[in-house]
Amino acid sequence: MSRVTLLALQILVAVVCIGAWYIFSTYPIAGRVLLPPFFFSNPVDVAKQIVDWFVSGVIWKHLWVTLEESLLAFVIGSVGGVAVGFWFARQPRTAAVFDPYVKMVNALPRVVLAPIFTLWLGLGIWSKVALGVTLVFFIVFFNVYQGIKEVSPTVLANARMLGMNERQLVRHVYWPSALSWMFSSLHTSVGFAVVGAVVGEYLGAAAGLGYLIQQAEGVFDVAGVFAGMFVLAAFVIVIDVIVSLVERRLLIWRPAPSEAKP
Amino acid sequence: MAEAAQAPKSAVALNDVAVAFRVARGGLFTAVERATLHVADGEFVAIVGPTGCGKSTLLNITAGLLAPAAGHAEIFGAPLHGLNRQAGYLFQADALFPWKTAIENVAIGLETAGTPSSEARPRAREWLKRVGLAAFADRYPHMLSGGQRKRVGLAQVLIRDPKILLMDEPFGPLDAQTRQIMGNLLLDLWSADRKAVLFVTHDLEEAIALSDRVVIMSAGPAARIIGDWRVPLTRPRDISEVKLDPAFHDLHREIWHSLKAEVIKGYAQAEGA
Repeated sequence: MSRVTLLALQILVAVVCIGAWYIFSTYPIAGRVLLPPFFFSNPVDVAKQIVDWFVSGVIWKHLWVTLEESLLAFVIGSVGGVAVGFWFARQPRTAAVFDPYVKMVNALPRVVLAPIFTLWLGLGIWSKVALGVTLVFFIVFFNVYQGIKEVSPTVLANARMLGMNERQLVRHVYWPSALSWMFSSLHTSVGFAVVGAVVGEYLGAAAGLGYLIQQAEGVFDVAGVFAGMFVLAAFVIVIDVIVSLVERRLLIWRPAPSEAKP
Repeated sequence: MAEAAQAPKSAVALNDVAVAFRVARGGLFTAVERATLHVADGEFVAIVGPTGCGKSTLLNITAGLLAPAAGHAEIFGAPLHGLNRQAGYLFQADALFPWKTAIENVAIGLETAGTPSSEARPRAREWLKRVGLAAFADRYPHMLSGGQRKRVGLAQVLIRDPKILLMDEPFGPLDAQTRQIMGNLLLDLWSADRKAVLFVTHDLEEAIALSDRVVIMSAGPAARIIGDWRVPLTRPRDISEVKLDPAFHDLHREIWHSLKAEVIKGYAQAEGA
């Protein structure tokens, strides 16, 4: 399939979906409106709301807050995950001691922590950052841990035969291996940072996309809810594209997944 | 084995070495039993044996990556404790650092020893040229072919100028033509400054074509060294030409005769298991 055809078909899907939404929510079919505007709004109102947000500029503040929370959650969670992952992988005894607790905390649905974080850290950005951190941390932690555990024994033996001491092993073997695993989970961890921020905002905040959606919902403004969802989706896609670019740069030494082994 | 005359000067001396692994339910699996092998300085010795006979474990003991269950290893007359710092090891599997380019992979062997990067890089470039990969210095391992990766591995090991070179079926996964080219490259590099080489292979022709001595191991478990032949071919050799030499054929026939029984035994065990 050529690029143009593919793009055309992809646009066609959007056109059909939005078209159907518009028709079913506007025109009665067999005496009944299938998608009552009270519950489903309609594309025109949603588009108007989005344009309104951007024209008046109110959206920028909320976007910025969500972005800030996501970035902070991602950075803090990653640093913590790398540090603890490294530590545990190199100290199997420590890892064994903490293992049940790590599993326990990871099994906990993190959303239940949101009210506690709000209580501790207030309605500002830090309660959302904390929620995001608990999500990002475990993804990065498990990947780094795995990355160090799964260094090829041959590569390790080779490194030792080439005269590497413990410090050099960390720098030239463990560290790159751990980072490569962390980067390969970049999409997931960045996604979870955004989830943490938005869910946190939804549960109690003064700004952010999650707050915007929650406010609209509170006054039965369905157009506002849908508009918030679309803005949020676009926001996540933009971040995902940026992550892909970063990933391509950082993992240049890796074979592309589709590439056959020579 | 009449190796006593060489014993005092041996680069590698394995005396009555045994290798055993603990297996499930407390059993003990003896991979190699009482093997004695001496390699003189500058000598190229090939170890040939059926698959799974413990050839690689002998190399690992010489490298110091594995401690023998019995017996002892000596390197230039000194007992071996821990890693063998005088040996370079070319592994069977891919052992390059996938996150480093070819030149970084070669230079790292010097950098670990404290050579500054500004000095290590030009020397690494020189070595890449010597193995015919000057144009591929900035490629990552996954962008190289199997033969090219082996060349980088060879440069990575040789740049450290080890006194002993250990090679574990290094050309195993390569096609026949590439193996021949790699063999000639190895002989070229080796003849420049004759290191002691211990070369493990399952390919008898390759062993005879490359080495000064061919050591045959029996099928495992409890593999033993069952034969030791001196190769009467002159150097320098070209691998494709040396295979046409009548002396090559005579030796091949003679060794094969004794190896055949072991190969069949190895198969019988594999089928029985």
